[in-house]
Amino acid sequence: MTETAIRIENLTRDFETVRAVDGLSLEVPSGIIFGFLGPNGAGKTTTINLLLGLLEPTDGLAEVLGFDTQAQADEVRARTGALLEHPGLYEQLSAEDNLEFYGRVWHMTPAERQARIKELLTHMGVWERRKERVGTWSKGMKQKLALARAMLHRPPLIFLDEPTAGLDVVAATAVRDDLEALAVREGVTVFLTTHNMAEAERLCGQVAVIREGRLVAVGHPDELRARTGGPRLEIFGRGFNDNVLNLLRTRPEVVAAGVQNEHLAIDLREGTDVAPLVSLMVSTGVQVEEVRRGKASLEEVFLTLMEEER
Amino acid sequence: MFSDILTVMWKERKGLLRYQGSRTRAVLGLLIPMVMLGIYLPLQIGRALVEGPWSLVASVFIPMMSVGMMIPESFAGERERHTLGTLLASRLPDRAILFGKVAVAVGYAWGMALMLLLVSLVMVNVTHWDGQVLLYTPIMALANVALSLLMASLVAGLGVLISLRSATVQEAQQTLMAATLFPLVLLQMIPLLLLNVVPDGKARLRELVATANPTQIILIVMAVLVVLDLGLLMAAMARFKRARLILD
Repeated sequence: MTETAIRIENLTRDFETVRAVDGLSLEVPSGIIFGFLGPNGAGKTTTINLLLGLLEPTDGLAEVLGFDTQAQADEVRARTGALLEHPGLYEQLSAEDNLEFYGRVWHMTPAERQARIKELLTHMGVWERRKERVGTWSKGMKQKLALARAMLHRPPLIFLDEPTAGLDVVAATAVRDDLEALAVREGVTVFLTTHNMAEAERLCGQVAVIREGRLVAVGHPDELRARTGGPRLEIFGRGFNDNVLNLLRTRPEVVAAGVQNEHLAIDLREGTDVAPLVSLMVSTGVQVEEVRRGKASLEEVFLTLMEEER
Repeated sequence: MFSDILTVMWKERKGLLRYQGSRTRAVLGLLIPMVMLGIYLPLQIGRALVEGPWSLVASVFIPMMSVGMMIPESFAGERERHTLGTLLASRLPDRAILFGKVAVAVGYAWGMALMLLLVSLVMVNVTHWDGQVLLYTPIMALANVALSLLMASLVAGLGVLISLRSATVQEAQQTLMAATLFPLVLLQMIPLLLLNVVPDGKARLRELVATANPTQIILIVMAVLVVLDLGLLMAAMARFKRARLILD
């Protein structure tokens, strides 16, 4: 496999008057879970369709596993797996038959199919229910099965389009756990679109943020947090009145200060020494119970990036 | 490519055995026409079913009805049930998907029509036994075998094109039924026109029937169907392309 799983250069796709993907350039290294983040309508699904060679770009080019997505689309599809917007399962068939069909599609031998289906369904905890019609399954179980189908033929790269969208917390966590475990165990590159920032933060080795088809930022979640948001101090206690807030806002090391969910949140400049600030607050009568240092979450970074773009 | 077609056929066949999720529905879908056309009709019509052109009714209508139900389920159904995207994202060639689906629908309809002809023949012989086995004439046997296949292919080709333009299975089935029944209604109107509009229509119609060569008519109809089938199949091949399907 190449060092770079996906290489995109100036990729553009227009739909009549709408530009869905706008000059996107990106490299996705092999062997990581790559998060492709953006709000609804940002161009995430269109990008996946372009990378799978299902759509032709208006301009630019993309290479997946070293194959041109336009000239060698069949080669791309032969080496990748996909879980798209919908699970895409045949609900009148059993779980086993759904996987059996795709095993045949990928030209796996009967012995390979049998072993792999057992391995994946056992891993997902649904082997005992393999003969049941998929239509009778819960949404979370269907999504797990769809994930198993995407990984069935051991592709080096899989595309997952919002795999936990619409699932309850328990089902989403189960799908996320399976995805993480399988990705690590099988060393597969995952191109994951999501607008769940906690999911991206937990799973992704690298993320790209797009808005209106344009790339806004790319890097490790920590890098994005460091680039977009500085250090943060959270103080729990009592006595956070206007005088304290006004005093904090006059300090040069404080970027912003405010009360959130009954705690004081202070955004600081890089390299700020926290101890004098805590002493200052105690001296003004604040009763401090707990002090936490942290950084902005990926969700806050994402919102900041979206605001900047506006 | 051939193994890919077989794979698609395997999936279609599995789905067929669980029509709308139920094996009972699938069996009923097979039994009802079998009882109506294979048992009830021979009982009513008797020897004329084998000796005359009555058997052509089953050869025309069975493929029309069963392919008319199956092709929209297979093509428009993939889109309606959101399974098409995943299928297109796989390594299956466009033509393997198209041919695999069409082959199962046509094969099922053709097989059913042939089975009905056989059941009808047995029924007529059993209920109207006169010491001699009654058989279809060679030209009628050929007409039944060929017409049922050609009709199934015709409705399949038309069904693919209609299904690709329909938002739902129901819409595709209704449009396809209308499109296949309309020419038959028109054909029925020709004798009526001859009778009522053309001067001396009755005499002319009688003359036409008396002088017509059934073998020639059957061969002409089959030749027209072959041309139509090929045209529709080529149109379906041109239309059934990933880049177009993903945008529909």
